[in-house]
Amino acid sequence: MSASTATVSAGSVWDRVKGYSPPSRFLPVIATLALFIGLFALGGVRYEGFSDPQVLLSLLIDNAFLIVLAVGMTFVILTGGIDLSVGSVVALSTMIAAKTLQMGWSPYLSMAAVLATGTLLGLLMGLLVHYFDIQPFIATLAGLFLARGLTYLISVESISISDPTFTKLAFKTVTFGDYYLRWTAIIALVTVAIAAYVLARTRFGRTVYAIGGNESSAMLMGLRVAFTKVGVYVISGFCASLGGLLFSFYILSGNSLHAIGTELDAIAAVVIGGTLLTGGRGYVVGSLLGVLVLGLIRVLISFDGTLSSYWIRIITGALLLVFVVVQRFATRRQP
Amino acid sequence: MTQMDLESSASGTVVPADRAPVIEMRDISITFGRVRALDEVSLRLYPGEVHALMGENGAGKSTLIKALTGVYSIDSGTVLVGGEEHLFGSPAAAQAAGISTVYQEVNLLPNLTVAENMLLGREPRRFGSINVRAMNRRAKDRLESLGIDIDPTSDLGEHPIAIQQLVAIARAVDVEARVLILDEPTSSLDADEVAKLFEVMRRLRDQGVAIVFVSHFLDQVYEIADRMTVLRNGALVEERMVADTSQLQLVKLMIGRELEALERLDREVSATDADESGTPVLRAIGIGRKGSLEATDLEVYEGEVVGLAGLLGSGRTELARLLFGADTADTGEVAIGSSRRKLRSPRHAIDRNVAFSSEDRKAEGVVGDLTVGDNMLLALQASRGWLRPIPQATRTQLVDQYIQALDIRPADPTALMRNLSGGNQQKVLLARWLITQPELLILDEPTRGIDIGAKAQIQAKVAELAAQGMAVVFISAELEEVLRLSDRLVVMRDRRKIDERANRDVSVSDVLEIIAGEARSEQSEQSEQEEGDRA
Repeated sequence: MSASTATVSAGSVWDRVKGYSPPSRFLPVIATLALFIGLFALGGVRYEGFSDPQVLLSLLIDNAFLIVLAVGMTFVILTGGIDLSVGSVVALSTMIAAKTLQMGWSPYLSMAAVLATGTLLGLLMGLLVHYFDIQPFIATLAGLFLARGLTYLISVESISISDPTFTKLAFKTVTFGDYYLRWTAIIALVTVAIAAYVLARTRFGRTVYAIGGNESSAMLMGLRVAFTKVGVYVISGFCASLGGLLFSFYILSGNSLHAIGTELDAIAAVVIGGTLLTGGRGYVVGSLLGVLVLGLIRVLISFDGTLSSYWIRIITGALLLVFVVVQRFATRRQP
Repeated sequence: MTQMDLESSASGTVVPADRAPVIEMRDISITFGRVRALDEVSLRLYPGEVHALMGENGAGKSTLIKALTGVYSIDSGTVLVGGEEHLFGSPAAAQAAGISTVYQEVNLLPNLTVAENMLLGREPRRFGSINVRAMNRRAKDRLESLGIDIDPTSDLGEHPIAIQQLVAIARAVDVEARVLILDEPTSSLDADEVAKLFEVMRRLRDQGVAIVFVSHFLDQVYEIADRMTVLRNGALVEERMVADTSQLQLVKLMIGRELEALERLDREVSATDADESGTPVLRAIGIGRKGSLEATDLEVYEGEVVGLAGLLGSGRTELARLLFGADTADTGEVAIGSSRRKLRSPRHAIDRNVAFSSEDRKAEGVVGDLTVGDNMLLALQASRGWLRPIPQATRTQLVDQYIQALDIRPADPTALMRNLSGGNQQKVLLARWLITQPELLILDEPTRGIDIGAKAQIQAKVAELAAQGMAVVFISAELEEVLRLSDRLVVMRDRRKIDERANRDVSVSDVLEIIAGEARSEQSEQSEQEEGDRA
């Protein structure tokens, strides 16, 4: 509401805005941004205290791990693949961190172990997908069960994390005047920035898009298809374990029941962010917005207080459906 | 036509006197499963020549190219690059050695920009990061030098296929190529674009690039090529000078003995008058669809071949699709036999014994991962319903019968469809519909892109079926072919039927005159030109 009155008052600017047409490839991201702004405006009008900038910052803090997962997922989906294992890898990561800390490892060694495990699992799935020509769905479904199983193997009980370095890192904040951001959120934003750079400006990143466009063409054009295809699963595995670390800072325990179904949230965020499930089109910034939209729906419902939490799922489902249908029409229009 | 010093030896083989080959392939053999795709084939390429690789579909041209560029691995034989033995393990390795390829299907990425499609893999970089501005500038320069005026930052998918093809060539040219391979580069280009392409090819040849040119268009080969290598059935026939070989000689080299079959067919097939007293097998009354076809009447009688003639986009295919119900008609209705109703889906037509072979065999017909036998039996199985499987004995008998009748090669019902050449795939599709024993068979471009031998066999089969009482609607861009086969001729133009007549002593120029209509004095030359380019 407030957005529209602001633009109407500046007539000539509005004309210029109307005259500008962004390249069609940016449209899905713009749509998600508009949705995000719209939802935020709706909350600001309806609920007291919603328009506080700290709500936005908290959104980043609460969803830091999911943002990192969605970044990795974006790489995989851009090649036309899918990674179902990320939720389980998050649980495994929290468990490895908790268990190694309990065993008295140095916290930094423990973090390295977490990241190495996730990356290795990603590498394994990438090799399966590319060299054994196994459907990404199946290869990563195996990864999902494997990672979750390993978590149970380490411990069926929840293990809490009380390491001073971990707890210190978990609550470390950066303040901007009255507002603050936890450093986990900053890591997530840095991840997004690096990923955006890699996808837009490196040969590896462009090859990711090329594979999503047409794998055999990419191969015939002499691009490094094998390296890139395995690489995206390695990145996704790394992001999943990094997301797992951020999650363990957030929740300070290792538990085999953590993050069940989170892979689906990550996929939903990527799709709502405008990335085509068939690959080749999409932006990591879109995925960031997708996570924020999902988070904002959650916040809206908690602000409302009268709606049950299952409405989050229903609205997410509806949004997903709308975006996939819109994408369908958007891609069909092209020759 | 050529600037090269060429000496003809007594045997008719020619080599440039003053230079060594840049590529020499010796006795290359490749086997796929049980199919021998290449049998000791040799190829020599010299710098500064356009070398035509000639042969029918399935002769092994594409396989030879892919063997050279590292897509397929070679079972035996050697490849010499600049005199040294060299095997490329991947397209990237071949590219690095200066061998660029533009494949028949545009192998680019519609989701990326034009500039990226041209330069991806060797884009200008600064500290490991792509310099987008420099990349776009370089792409623009390259496109301008080839006379292509498009925005390098636009998505490739926004452009028509012809432009995409030129972008593919621009990509190949951008590499410091010593060898440029063009596999059917002109199949989707119009005359102007072909001229532009040839201009580029001549410029590159004069710079010392060896160009391999593969094309079905003999006129184009004679216009641009200096030497040629002729293949047949995966084996080398001969290496020749283009200037020393007449077109007739070349065709004989390419198809061997099968030319006789074609000549015999010409004598056998002549217009017969169908019995028009009874009920037509199919009768379309005022059938039309907004934006694709104006209301049209058509009757097809038992035992006749109705040829639909017309230029591309004249409504030939649209009419066929409406007759089959592949598209739903806005107006009119189709009566098949005694039942009259609007066809809402192909199902209705199939239930009434109508079969339709689409022009787009790749997208709408061939199931590459199934065997030849399975592909043949798809339609019959679908019409029986999935709960009534065809007995194994019947399957074997039907498949063997049609493999033999249509001379499908390899004559192996268990061969995978995707390993067959285009012509043989087309024959399998024809068999698929023949097995259902339709009363009316609609064939849309059944012979496009396939070689003369297979063409003759398909034509002969169509004529034979009509003689046995089947009604056939036959569509082809090649007027000669339509005239050779049809009993009755329907001429289409601008999405409507403009003429219908019995096919007695009608010549190609007669049809072109009908198409050209009133303004024919100026236009008929042009349409002949266009028709010639396509044929």
